[in-house]
Amino acid sequence: MLEARSLSIGYGKTPLGTGLNLSIKPGEILCLLGPNGCGKTTLFRTLMGLLPAIDGTVLLGGKPITAQTRAQIARTIAYVPQAHAPPFPFDALEVVLMGRTARLGAFAQPSALDRGLARAAMQQLGIGGLAPRDYSRLSGGQRQLVLIARALAQDTPLIVMDEPTASLDFGNQAQVLAQIETLARDANTNGRGVILSTHDPDQAFALNARVLLMHNGSVLADGPAAEVLSGENLSTVYGLNITVETTASGRRVCLPSLRQSAPDR
Amino acid sequence: MGQGTTPNVAMPGLTLTAGLLAALIVLAFGAVLIGPYGLSPGQVVLALLGQGDPQAQIVVWHIRLPRVGAALLVGAALAAAGATYQALFRNPLVSPDILGVSAGAGLGAVAGIFLSLPVAAIQGAAFVGGMAAVGIVMLVGAMVRNADQTLTLVLLGVVVGALAGAATSLLKVMADPYDQLPAITFWLLGSLAAITTRDILPALPMVLMGLLPLALLRWRINVLSLGDEEARALGVEAGRTRLVVIAAATLITASVTALAGVVGWVGLVIPHIARMLVGPGFGRLLPTSVLIGAGYLLLVDTLARTIAAAEVPLGVLTAVIGAPFFVWLLARGRRGWS
Repeated sequence: MLEARSLSIGYGKTPLGTGLNLSIKPGEILCLLGPNGCGKTTLFRTLMGLLPAIDGTVLLGGKPITAQTRAQIARTIAYVPQAHAPPFPFDALEVVLMGRTARLGAFAQPSALDRGLARAAMQQLGIGGLAPRDYSRLSGGQRQLVLIARALAQDTPLIVMDEPTASLDFGNQAQVLAQIETLARDANTNGRGVILSTHDPDQAFALNARVLLMHNGSVLADGPAAEVLSGENLSTVYGLNITVETTASGRRVCLPSLRQSAPDR
Repeated sequence: MGQGTTPNVAMPGLTLTAGLLAALIVLAFGAVLIGPYGLSPGQVVLALLGQGDPQAQIVVWHIRLPRVGAALLVGAALAAAGATYQALFRNPLVSPDILGVSAGAGLGAVAGIFLSLPVAAIQGAAFVGGMAAVGIVMLVGAMVRNADQTLTLVLLGVVVGALAGAATSLLKVMADPYDQLPAITFWLLGSLAAITTRDILPALPMVLMGLLPLALLRWRINVLSLGDEEARALGVEAGRTRLVVIAAATLITASVTALAGVVGWVGLVIPHIARMLVGPGFGRLLPTSVLIGAGYLLLVDTLARTIAAAEVPLGVLTAVIGAPFFVWLLARGRRGWS
């Protein structure tokens, strides 16, 4: 569905990352992990064609992304930014409706059908009641769910989420993660591809995701969470001693040591 | 506005639009009645039908109606442009002259007065000046490679506005203090005192031509108000759409500024009132702003020609009314630049 070949990313001429390869299919969750400033957001912007690649190609549906219009791209990839506050008090439903834009002609308005789809997307996420509320007055968790509903209304085979759980409280994090899992492995559709970035390796375990571990502008490892997220790899990337342990229920968790200094890198 | 539980839309759309339209018609009829030459409602109706007292017919058709029409047009245009710029620049405290259109139009008109050009040429120069100022802003903006296009344009608008203001000041110093300077000052404060039907006719199609793309692109303008990056991710060619929208809003503003001079505050304040009534959705914000803006400027212009023996400049009145309103908005704690 989405494929990046030997991609160099960055602003201007200095690459932030080079030699990046990745691909994602419907039904798959790809979790991007790496320290602050390693280029996760830059990679996202490049993958969506919002930022030109310095080198290499991004293929979307088999065609180079640079050869596609914004509307074509938006019918394949939906973007869920970090929850933000817009300058105007739009209703939550109107925000979700904006997801339909790529399906409308330049001069068209959303139809009753589009409204129905937007409402259905909100109901699917259990936030139907928020529809008439002022989006700018919702809590961070509610806004994040509204933005995910907007991506659902966009009705794309791929969804890109930039740190969807950042700035959410513990309960909301779990709720959003559960929704991401459902989205990717939705039995009604063939499933969607979801790419997300996160700061919490435990989330990759929880989602049973494929993990792309970024380090110093390149991919250190790419594969199932259980293989990629070893204590050794994590210690290298984050520069401190991290152990991975299995809980009584069989789930893995990452435990950073707060005392010891980093192992040799 | 309660704790986020109240729906934004306070009134059903059609009722509100019909109510505003009715109020506008009543207001316009009242404005035709009022003036130094006393007219009765009956006389006005007869004159509008082309009958009755010939004196009354002349007053209605050649003095009052052109002025009422111009006030409606200017108010509607400035409010529409203001609503557009506010959505586009994602800031409710933005006015239509943010990209320098007023400053450019002012310079054009002042140059025309300085060169003792005829009225039509002064209006033409004002129009060209306004369009050119924004054109320069957009051109330089396209050359500056900066991540934040919006902020770049706003700052360039300040720069071009300041330059045009400096050139205007220079012309004022050089102008004939007895003949030209009063005309310049009066123009820069805005007035509809000398308006005739001949002045309105070129501005009207320009305003309509500018309103058309805004009405057609109303949904895209909503999406653009989320910011460039998000609008693009949602499938809008942000750069191209913004260019069309800015061109349309500037055409509207330059056309009426050429007609009425620099009338501030209308485009800043009216969209706020409209937004309180119908919410931020541009599809309803635009027509509501147009109706309220038309009514507001008609009211202000009728005051301008009746409260004192001499005409009060429009810009003075709109500032006196608009500035306290603006302070009230700030005090209510609505967000600024985000």
